[in-house]
Amino acid sequence: MKITVASGKGGTGKTTIAVNLALSVEDAMLIDCDVEGPNSHIFFKEPMVKLKDVSIPTPRFDLDICTYCGKCSDFCQYNAISVVQDKLLFFEELCHGCGGCRIICPVNAISEEEHIIGTIEKGGEEELPLYHGRLNIGEPFGVPIIRELKGLAGERPITIFDSPPGTACPAVETMRDVDFCILVTEPTPFGLHDLKLSVDVIREIGTPFGVIVNRDGIGDDRVESYCERENIPLLARIPNDLEIARLYSEGIPMVKGIPRYEEMFRELFERIRGLVR
Amino acid sequence: MIRELTIISGKGGCGKTTIASSFASLARNHVIVDADVDAADMHILLQPEIRRKEVFHGLNIARKNDDLCINCGKCYENCRYGAFDPDNTLHPEKCEGCAVCELVCPVNAIRMVERTAGEAYISDTRFGPLVHARLHAGEEATGKLVALVRERAREVAEEKGKDLIIIDGPPGTGCTVIASLTGVHLVLVIIEPTLSGIHDAERVLDVADHFHIPAVACINKFDINLENTRKIEDFCRERGVEIVGRIPYDETATRAMMSERTVVEFSDGALSGKLREIWEKVEERLKGIGG
Repeated sequence: MKITVASGKGGTGKTTIAVNLALSVEDAMLIDCDVEGPNSHIFFKEPMVKLKDVSIPTPRFDLDICTYCGKCSDFCQYNAISVVQDKLLFFEELCHGCGGCRIICPVNAISEEEHIIGTIEKGGEEELPLYHGRLNIGEPFGVPIIRELKGLAGERPITIFDSPPGTACPAVETMRDVDFCILVTEPTPFGLHDLKLSVDVIREIGTPFGVIVNRDGIGDDRVESYCERENIPLLARIPNDLEIARLYSEGIPMVKGIPRYEEMFRELFERIRGLVR
Repeated sequence: MIRELTIISGKGGCGKTTIASSFASLARNHVIVDADVDAADMHILLQPEIRRKEVFHGLNIARKNDDLCINCGKCYENCRYGAFDPDNTLHPEKCEGCAVCELVCPVNAIRMVERTAGEAYISDTRFGPLVHARLHAGEEATGKLVALVRERAREVAEEKGKDLIIIDGPPGTGCTVIASLTGVHLVLVIIEPTLSGIHDAERVLDVADHFHIPAVACINKFDINLENTRKIEDFCRERGVEIVGRIPYDETATRAMMSERTVVEFSDGALSGKLREIWEKVEERLKGIGG
C-alpha cells in the first residue's frame, strides 16, 4: 500500500506525520520526495549514504557542423537555446532534456550528454528504510528525481511518501499513482485556503484522500466545517502541544518522545486501510 | 531606482507571509508581490480589489486525434515523460509540453494546443498595489508565472513611481524560488530554530549565493530552541550573513492571521515593535545598495 502525505501550505507537519506514521506501522519504508528541502532524515541517527546521481540528457552542440539555422532554438519550448546569426547560446538550467533539438537538427550537429541535477540517498534504520532525493543548488526542476524515487517503492509492503508543499508539478507527481493521500493542514485561514487548493488538485488526480488537522486548537473550526460540507474524512487531530514542537526542533520523532502517540498513528493507519478498501 | 526585496525561507511555515505582510503595512512607496503562486496566501490578509486580470498560458499541451493515428509508436518511443502508453494512449496530465511527439508523428495526429494554466492579477490594497496570481490545479511552468508577476510588478512600480517591490517568496529551492530571486537587490531569509528550518535555510542561502544575491537573515520564534538559535547565529557569522532580527514566539501572529489582518495592524504590542525594528534595518540596508 502506498500513502502520500501532502499539503498546500508549507510547514503544516507533513514530515512529522510521514515519519511518525512510518515508524508506527510494521513493514514500512519511507520515501521523502521533497527534493528541494528533504527533512525526514533529520529524525534518524544514521547518516544518509549516496545511492546514485540523477541526470537528464542535455544537448551538446558541434559548432563545426552547426549551420546556425536556428531550428533547435525555434523548436525548444523552454527557451533553452538561442541562435543569433553565428552565435549559439545554451541555457542548461532551462533544459528539460526532451531531446527535441537533436531530432530537429538537419545536420546532426547535436548529441546528448547526461547532466546531473541531483542525487538519491539511502538511510533510515533497520526496521524502516528511508530514501530521499536532493535537487542540486541552482537546478530548477526536481520532478525527474521524484519519478526515480517513486520507482523505489515496493521494497516493503507499505510505502509512505513525504510530498513537497504546494499544488504544482512536484507535489502532483508525488500525489499521483498512490492508494491514498493524507492532506495535512492547520486550523487557520491560510491552512484552510491552501487545503482547498490541494483538494482541487487531488480530486482532479482521483486519489482517495482524507485530512489531518495539525496544531488543533490554535485557530477555529472552519477547516472541520469545510471537510464536513465536502464529505472529506477527517482522519485525525493532532493537538497544539509545545512538547511536540520541542521534540521536532531537536529532530526527535514524536512517537519516540511521547510513546502514547504511536497508538494514534496505528489507528490512523487502520482508518486509512479501511478507506482504501 | 526600483529596489526589489525577496523574503524566503526554504522550509514552509516559517512566517514568510506574516513578516512580508507586516513589511507591506510599514513600507511607504512600494508594490507587493505574492510569488508563492501555487499556495498564495497574501490576499487573505490584504483583501485586494482586483483591477486587472490576465490569463497565463504556460506551456502548450499535446492533443491526439485517434482517427488519424496509425499506431506507429513513434510518440511512445520519443516521449521522455511517460505521457504515452506502449499502445500510444496519451496521458495529458503527464505532458511537459516539449512538443517532441508532434515533431515525430508522421501523420500529424498530434498537435500542441494552448492551455490556460492560471491567472495573474494587479490589485489595489490598503497598503498599495499587490501583484498576485493563481495557478490552476496541478499546472506546470510555475517559475514562468512567478516571472510574469514580477514583470507586472516592475511595470506597476514604474507607472506609479514606486521605488520598492516586496516579494513574498515560495518554499523550496526550485524553479519558483529561482524565479523569485534572480536579479533582486536583497534576500531576507526567515529561519526557524528547528533542525529542518536550519537545513532548508542553508540550502536557500546557497541558492542566493549561486545567483550572487546579497542575503540577510531573521530568526523567527528564536526562543523555542536557544541552542539551535546559537547554531544559526554561528553559521550566519561564518557565511557573512547579517542577522537583522530575532523574533520571539508570540501567539499574536496567529491571532492576527485569524482576524485576517497584518500583525502590525492588529496589535501595538511587542511583536509589532520587533517587526518595525527589523523593517527599519532592512530598509536601511536596501537604501545602501546601489544601482
